[in-house]
Amino acid sequence: MSESGAADREDEDAGRRIANDARERVRFEEEALELADQVYRVARRMVGTREEAEELVQDTYARAFRSWKSFTPGTNMRAWLLRILTNLNTDRGRKIQRTPDQQPLEESDYYLANRLAAVEGEQALEQEQVVERLSQGGVVNALADLPHDFRDVVVLVDLGEFSYADAAQILDIPIGTVMSRLHRGRRILKQTLAEESLT
Amino acid sequence: MSDADCEKCEELLQGYLDRDLKPEEVQTAEGHLNGCEYCRRRYRFEAQLRRYIRTTASERMPAGLMAKLTELRGGTVDGI
Repeated sequence: MSESGAADREDEDAGRRIANDARERVRFEEEALELADQVYRVARRMVGTREEAEELVQDTYARAFRSWKSFTPGTNMRAWLLRILTNLNTDRGRKIQRTPDQQPLEESDYYLANRLAAVEGEQALEQEQVVERLSQGGVVNALADLPHDFRDVVVLVDLGEFSYADAAQILDIPIGTVMSRLHRGRRILKQTLAEESLT
Repeated sequence: MSDADCEKCEELLQGYLDRDLKPEEVQTAEGHLNGCEYCRRRYRFEAQLRRYIRTTASERMPAGLMAKLTELRGGTVDGI
C-alpha cells in the first residue's frame, strides 16, 4: 500500500468521526431544547423573578451546549440539565443564606387541613375543590418564602416530579437529606399557606 | 380507632403519597385509612393539595426564550 493511500484512509476516518460527532451534537441539542419548557418551570420557582429564571436557563443551555460531550447518552438529560442549573444558581452567591437547621420547628403534617377544618368546618375537607381556597398567588409566595435549601428540594420533587434519587444527584446531597428537607419544606409551606390564606 | 393510630397515619401519609413506604407500612396506612374518616379526609386533602401546588406554581416558558436558546446551539466549538 502506498503512503498516500494510508494517509487518505486516515483522512477518511477523521472525516467520519467529525461527521458522527456533528450528528450526535445536533441530536443532543435537539433533545435538550425539547426539555426547555420543563427546565424553565423548575428554574422559575427556584429564583425570584422571571428575568432571573430566563437568564439562568440561558446560562444553563450555554454551558450544556459547550460541554455536551460530558453527557452520557441514554441517561436522564433533564436531571443532567437541572444539575448544571442548580450549580449555576448556587454560584450566583446564595451560599450566605442561613442553614436549614436554624429554622424553627414547624407544625405537623395535618396542620393546614386542621386549620381549614377549624375555620370552615370538618365537612369542608370533603369538597372537591377545597384547595382552591388557597390562592394561586399564595402558593407561589409560600414557595418563594421557603429557605432555599428546602425550596430546591420541594421544587424538584413536587413540581419537577423528580425521584428522591434524582433530586439527590442534582443537588449533590445524600438521599436522606433530600427526604428530611422535603418533609420539613412541605410542612413549612403548609404553615405559610395556612397563615397567608386562612387568617 | 385511637389517637395514636391517627398520629401514626399522619406520620406515614407523606411517604404513602410519595409511594415510598415499605409494604408493611403501606398496609398499616391503608388499613387505618379504610376505617378512619378523619384521616381519609386529610389524605384526600393532601393529594389534592399536591396537584394544586404543581399546577398553580408551574409557569410556562416565556415566548422568545426558545429562540434565544436556539441561538446558543453550536455557538462554541468544543474540540471539533
